[in-house]
Amino acid sequence: MRANECIAMLLAGGEGRRLGVLTKDLAKPAVPFGGKYRIIDFTLSNCAHSGIETVGVLTQYQPLVLTQHLGIGTPWGLDRREGGMHVLPPYVRQKGGTWYKGTANAIYQNIGFIERYDPEYVLIISGDHIYKMNYDLLLEAHKKSRADATIAVISVPWAEASRFGILSVDEEGRIVDFAEKPKKPASNLASMGVYMFSWQVLKDALVRDEAEKGSSNDFGKDIIPRLLEEGARMYSYRFDGYWKDVGTIDSLWESNMDLLEDEPQLELNDRDWRIFSASPNQPAQYIAPGARVQSALINEGCVVEGEVTRSVLFPGVRVGEGSVVVDSVLMPGATVGKNARIVRAIVGERARVEDGCQVGAPDSEEIAVVGDGETVRAEIELQEVESA
Amino acid sequence: MKMPLMGVINLIHEADEMASLTANRCLATVPFGGRYRLIDFVLSSMVNSGIPRVAVFAHTKYRSLVDHLGSGSNWDLHRKPGGLFVLPPSFEDQTDYGKGDLYHFFRNRDFFARSPAEYVVISRSHMVCNVDFTKVLEQHRESGADITAVCSREPEGLPGLARKARVNEAGRIVEMQDHFGRLNTDVVSMEMYLLSRELLLDLVETSLAQGRDHFVRHAILSRLQQLRVHAYMHEGVLGVVNNIAAYYRHSMELLQPDVWHELFNRPGKIYTKVKDEPPTHYRTGANVSHSLVANGCDIEGTVTNSILFRGVKVGPGAVVRNSIVMQNGVIGAGGVLDNCILDKEVEIRPAQQLRGALDLPFLAVKRKVI
Repeated sequence: MRANECIAMLLAGGEGRRLGVLTKDLAKPAVPFGGKYRIIDFTLSNCAHSGIETVGVLTQYQPLVLTQHLGIGTPWGLDRREGGMHVLPPYVRQKGGTWYKGTANAIYQNIGFIERYDPEYVLIISGDHIYKMNYDLLLEAHKKSRADATIAVISVPWAEASRFGILSVDEEGRIVDFAEKPKKPASNLASMGVYMFSWQVLKDALVRDEAEKGSSNDFGKDIIPRLLEEGARMYSYRFDGYWKDVGTIDSLWESNMDLLEDEPQLELNDRDWRIFSASPNQPAQYIAPGARVQSALINEGCVVEGEVTRSVLFPGVRVGEGSVVVDSVLMPGATVGKNARIVRAIVGERARVEDGCQVGAPDSEEIAVVGDGETVRAEIELQEVESA
Repeated sequence: MKMPLMGVINLIHEADEMASLTANRCLATVPFGGRYRLIDFVLSSMVNSGIPRVAVFAHTKYRSLVDHLGSGSNWDLHRKPGGLFVLPPSFEDQTDYGKGDLYHFFRNRDFFARSPAEYVVISRSHMVCNVDFTKVLEQHRESGADITAVCSREPEGLPGLARKARVNEAGRIVEMQDHFGRLNTDVVSMEMYLLSRELLLDLVETSLAQGRDHFVRHAILSRLQQLRVHAYMHEGVLGVVNNIAAYYRHSMELLQPDVWHELFNRPGKIYTKVKDEPPTHYRTGANVSHSLVANGCDIEGTVTNSILFRGVKVGPGAVVRNSIVMQNGVIGAGGVLDNCILDKEVEIRPAQQLRGALDLPFLAVKRKVI
């Protein structure tokens, strides 16, 4: 593959409003996942393994943690002389300049960046999803069908189909209809938010979309439906692996729990498709005498003196003596004192749960959340923690 | 203030009785503490002390060394000005191999001449410790010594091979002997010597001109009368790791939380080559206690009082006790390890049992299938 045949534009400006306190100070792609990673690591690692050597990362909402994590792309081997990873925040021009108004507008504002590499194809992806996918196969399918655009799709349960952008396709996989979050879905093929475009087609569509008054400048709402209406050659590309939008507290918790199965659908310990991330470089984890750890993912720098079951512990987490952690996710640097109980909960980065406190309950419908840097003291009731 | 100190990690003729652990690697790259190599401790100490320029004198079996150090980026040593310089030997004929380390200093004198640093600290690679060299430099300047040697008081002795020193009330080293010497003292040398660059170059030339070619033995020990060599007393964890007994003992000491915490965090963090291993997976049935476990392990069995390096698999029903299992080791279902050290990528077949003696662990060579 020629170095710049295909470049990727990664949308990473999302707020992730439904993640509540967890995205108070950071963008959704920077939310920690899987005991080691941040969500965006999955798409960036996919790029690295798919031979995509130029990636523009579009940032907007709370970019501090995210840009610090990205650096110059070193963890993903994307610190290149030619191409590599570039962080692209909104900027001002001589005549004004605006925030990114929508996903399509974010790409529109960076047409100049894309043109510098003169690519034939542009891959549009987002930093909101957990999946391992070879984009090179998508590109091959795109070329083979001589499509203008190819959209990666995945079968979802019919009951959930109305939460997604739903595609109807013919026998050859050509897209005949697209509906964003339809009340009565005509199929169960959901768009994964992974689009391969022939650049000239996309550029033309972006320019026209920008000129349209009242457009929301969004791929799902504007660009895709309009291209389809105009009869562009749009194909679907079926993906069979694990794919999850971790946009809510429940789905974030759930997909962390998915990793604990004996044969997880998403295998992190995959030597051929390593998920790269900025390493915290901490010493090996210490499991103390009397500790009990079962069905858990635990990372470096952790010290476990209590009991950990069906839980995910990020780097530098401490669980004190006599404490019990069950069905929970403890983010980087979280500390749990002695004789505390954490059940069905997500504890944010550097949060503290003091001695004897309880967070969450086994029969609770909702997942309890302690925000980043917060402290749970004995006198604070659970209710306050949840609404914090 | 700009740091006036540069570092040299000298791997030439390091005292090494590590048996098969150094069969295919130099002492500097012997795996230690679940994810580190021995050289990481002094290298990280130098970096955390603000030393911007470090030379590593490679000598033999240095493939693993070059692999491990790379560009130095994991230690923030891929930098301008300064950075990491791995200086391999330049043998002109086979007998050069036996020559002392002063030849190496001499051959690389341009490197020292070009450096802007006023002082040089020269160290070995096998000291497991966390040292603040700014304090050593401070004492060196205040005492007016010609050379400052980092030492440690070890009243209970150490299993490793280390030189012993007698220090007078003024802190001057009046006598130093090799490990087998009969000197009655509790001060051991950590083989870290700080001196001015000018004095170093002078010692190199004069010693070689006299036909003497060992840095410590000839340039320093034979001049204890003329040169003021002072001891700087290191306080903190120290392991002199150059034989199997020392390797086993200092590894197991890491299972004490205060040793673990102090060695890896004070005064600075210890860095190493980063691998992209996922978190360790403890499965149903796992039973782990009093152990140090690195990333990427997959544990279904029992692990007690042991150290697992990255990517180790412990099968169902397997038992690992008082043992050290290096990277990518596999313990098959029902296997039993007691007092063992497994080098990298050793595979223990299902139900196989291995037992070493308490004071003499069983040592399995790299990639062995047992």
